[in-house]
Amino acid sequence: MGFFIETFIGGLMTGMLYALVALGFVLIFKASGVFNFAQGSMVLFAALAMARLSSLLPQWFGFDNLLLANTLAIAAAMVLMVAVAWLVERLVLRHLVNQEGVTLLMATLGIAYLLDGVGQTLFGNSIYKIDVGLPKDPAFILQNVFPGGVLINKEDLYAALVAAALVIALSLFFQKTGTGRALRAVADDHQAAQSIGIPLSRIWVIVWSVAGFVALVAGIIWGSKLGVQFSLSLVALKALPVVILGGLTSVPGAIVGGLVIGVGEKLSEVYIGPYFGGGIEIWFAYVLALAFLLVRPQGLFGEKIIDRV
Amino acid sequence: MNTRGIGDVILDVTNISLAFGGVKALTDISFDVREHELRAIIGPNGAGKSSMLNCINGVYTPQQGAISFRGRSFSHMNSRQVAEMGIARTFQNLALFKGMSVLDNIMTGRNLKMKSNLFQQAVHWGAAAREETEHREFVERIVDFLEIQAHRKTPVGRLPYGLQKRVDLGRALAMQPQVLLLDEPMAGMNVEEKQDMSRFILDVNDEYGTTIVLIEHDMGVVMDISDRIVVLDYGLKIGDGTPDEVRANPDVISAYLGTH
Repeated sequence: MGFFIETFIGGLMTGMLYALVALGFVLIFKASGVFNFAQGSMVLFAALAMARLSSLLPQWFGFDNLLLANTLAIAAAMVLMVAVAWLVERLVLRHLVNQEGVTLLMATLGIAYLLDGVGQTLFGNSIYKIDVGLPKDPAFILQNVFPGGVLINKEDLYAALVAAALVIALSLFFQKTGTGRALRAVADDHQAAQSIGIPLSRIWVIVWSVAGFVALVAGIIWGSKLGVQFSLSLVALKALPVVILGGLTSVPGAIVGGLVIGVGEKLSEVYIGPYFGGGIEIWFAYVLALAFLLVRPQGLFGEKIIDRV
Repeated sequence: MNTRGIGDVILDVTNISLAFGGVKALTDISFDVREHELRAIIGPNGAGKSSMLNCINGVYTPQQGAISFRGRSFSHMNSRQVAEMGIARTFQNLALFKGMSVLDNIMTGRNLKMKSNLFQQAVHWGAAAREETEHREFVERIVDFLEIQAHRKTPVGRLPYGLQKRVDLGRALAMQPQVLLLDEPMAGMNVEEKQDMSRFILDVNDEYGTTIVLIEHDMGVVMDISDRIVVLDYGLKIGDGTPDEVRANPDVISAYLGTH
């Protein structure tokens, strides 16, 4: 039983990281109707910037303080992500107003490759580590319930708290503020939004910046666990089944979807895997997403689309 | 009909021509709209009515001609700038925010009037909270006026068509526009719904003194409520005047009855 709970919790933690990446997808989709293929590349870009700057800044300015270096690097990386958001709006989205979703999707695919390339040109392409001072030591809980107790990572626990806070804040922002309402309006109908004077360009910069911020948080957590390297941008591929499961337009859906997939793939690997010779973890998420597409295409929490015929 | 105190020319359209490739949508159209007036643009399908409205609204940029609003002339405008100048519109094919409630849809119309910035809104702090309440009250008055109280929290996608048209009007009204452009507000409605909508349009015009430019192809309704009417056919202006003048115009009669 103790082992089962350990596997379960391990899955939750992986799932939470999927959820953070998926959250970026959902934000941009909700607010602009664009399926942003570049979200994974934004995670990589933000993490690379943060990892490199946190070691470069102390060298440039000659100080030796981990906290200061990290704070400055995070701030600088955030500024970079806002700059990316601004450039994306200026150079791409602005020219594609009122175009088909497919056109915009292709554009974000281009942005993804560009970001991957530019990120590695600027910051190098080796493996870098991020150390934001999260405690690495494991903790044992429930020791009086199971023999040996259950092992969890303190690092994972802090990461989960950060993610939860982020989700609550974003949900409130979308539902309760005038800007959140304007974001939802733009997602539904560009032209109508313009006609009532909602500034599309500013809205897009805001939402891509917020998505950039989420990418930065995901990048830092992931990077401090496993190091920053190119494969980080492939994490986005795992986030696709998550958004299908949770629903493309739902912030809580991204979280639940991420957790379900994280837990599902860990448990299936451990308990069903041996019968297939293992390797379930790699494709489990996609099979689950496929099943969902057949049964409930709008996802767990997505808005059901009703077409008048 | 002049009892509402129709004022000076507020919107002046001069020699507008618009073509899409080889298709001439509008050719040399001129007309004016006076303050507090209810001005209609009519014509058979494909006459260029919606194109005309889209030019005024800044969706299309005409190749020739100019449009002036309160004496300020503009030829290149985008929708947002037009909205800031105080011109609101509704859409022929509903363009509501389907996933959002009736209240939220109408609230978006207050967007330009909101002064608090993103960070104040984010923490729902002081001025932002007070402002939200004020706008909410304004929106509730519109909801009452349009008699859609019962549906305030319903996602608009689930409302029947006639009510969605009212929400569209409500969203435009929330902008407190000086000029309201209505693109076929009665298209696809039954007689009763048409009467309701006519009443709302007349009330807006009466009570708030809003200048209204109305596009319709149903001649009957337009004749009853408009002060002056422009008639378009194949992108040309074939008539302009009071309902009686337009009714007597032989070109208009042949365009509508199809006898050339």
